[in-house]
Amino acid sequence: MPEVSMTVNGKPAKGQIEGRTLLVEFIRDNLGLTGTHVGCDTSQCGACVVHVDGRAVKACTIFAAEAEGAEVKTIEGMAEPDGTMHPIQAAFQDHHGLQCGFCTPGMVMSAAALLAENPTPTEAEIRDYLEGNICRCTGYHNIVKAIMAASGQDVSRVAAE
Amino acid sequence: MYAFEIDRPTTLADAVKALGAEESQALGGGQTLIPALKARLAAPARLVALSGVDEIKGICTADDGALCIGGGTSHADVAKGAGAYPALASLAANIGDPAVRNRGTIGGSLANNDPSACYPAAVLASGATVVTTNRQIAADDFFDGMFATALEDGEIITEVRFPVPEKASYQKFDQPASRFALVGVFVAKYPDGVRVAVTGASEDGVFRWSEAEAALSSDFSAGAVEGLSLSGDGMISDLHGSGEYRAHLVGVMTRRAVAAAG
Repeated sequence: MPEVSMTVNGKPAKGQIEGRTLLVEFIRDNLGLTGTHVGCDTSQCGACVVHVDGRAVKACTIFAAEAEGAEVKTIEGMAEPDGTMHPIQAAFQDHHGLQCGFCTPGMVMSAAALLAENPTPTEAEIRDYLEGNICRCTGYHNIVKAIMAASGQDVSRVAAE
Repeated sequence: MYAFEIDRPTTLADAVKALGAEESQALGGGQTLIPALKARLAAPARLVALSGVDEIKGICTADDGALCIGGGTSHADVAKGAGAYPALASLAANIGDPAVRNRGTIGGSLANNDPSACYPAAVLASGATVVTTNRQIAADDFFDGMFATALEDGEIITEVRFPVPEKASYQKFDQPASRFALVGVFVAKYPDGVRVAVTGASEDGVFRWSEAEAALSSDFSAGAVEGLSLSGDGMISDLHGSGEYRAHLVGVMTRRAVAAAG
């Protein structure tokens, strides 16, 4: 069985995998980082979004072997080591950007990728960027609001409370 | 998924060698192939992942002005880097969703030739050249019906060369669940004539609408294609739309593309 090694949330990680082992399986089953969720397993829902070399990818649609040598960041890598939440996570809490929370890890990782590319996105740009992240609870309004707030923009006129 | 071995070569030469083994299959960005493997629609003994082959990634301009895109270039990189051909950059920016665009590649999309994919329309409408590890294939000879191409076993798309048109636009009528085109039309105006390629509509995959090309070559205006229509026979008919509906959309999207191209 081949071995794969990569950096996950700044720490070296390696393990035995099969050819068909998905990155999300390696992250959850080998590393025990279960914050990355598997919603649909068909690359539709985005609950499994992580960053590979700084880019948002669906961890259910990339093989672990393809992340050999990569820098991977998961939701567990977002908060500070002392537990202080990342500004995007804090904004999700402040603006009620989650209900059941299942989609939240993917939403936060997608939001972080968006803000890295576009630090002050418009509401329309946020909605467009979240096309591949599905939430079945919130109706998206507060997610969009949280991401706008995390980008330091005024959210008083955004969508509904 | 059935079990398989996976190779991740870092050079094109090693990738070609690995693909020479029995029952080997190339893996581009995997955004179509991995879901297909999960559904057990494919059972290769060995996958050869091309994502580590840097020499087939990137965008440049050739001496003749053509925009050259490496086969392993992601949709996101084409969206950002193909500014010399705005209609093509815009097409890439609207494939799937951002995470899919970060993995999916132009070479993978073309080799798969999904009848509703966007890139085949751009390649056919641009009269692009598909460069492989063995040869150069003209767009008109490359597509060979639904999910079929002129590629032979083990042949890898290394580059696609797009002559840059004077004016062009791709108009996609989204199928919102899959984010593929329900119907997409790419119109490109070159000094020697206009080419119109249609994806998402025909049971034979991407095709050129020659009647519209003739009309637009003599008068490049939405009005020139106003009276033209296609038959619903041979068009894809499914729960998202009938063949007649798709045939109708081809006319609508062609007019929108001409109007948007200016």
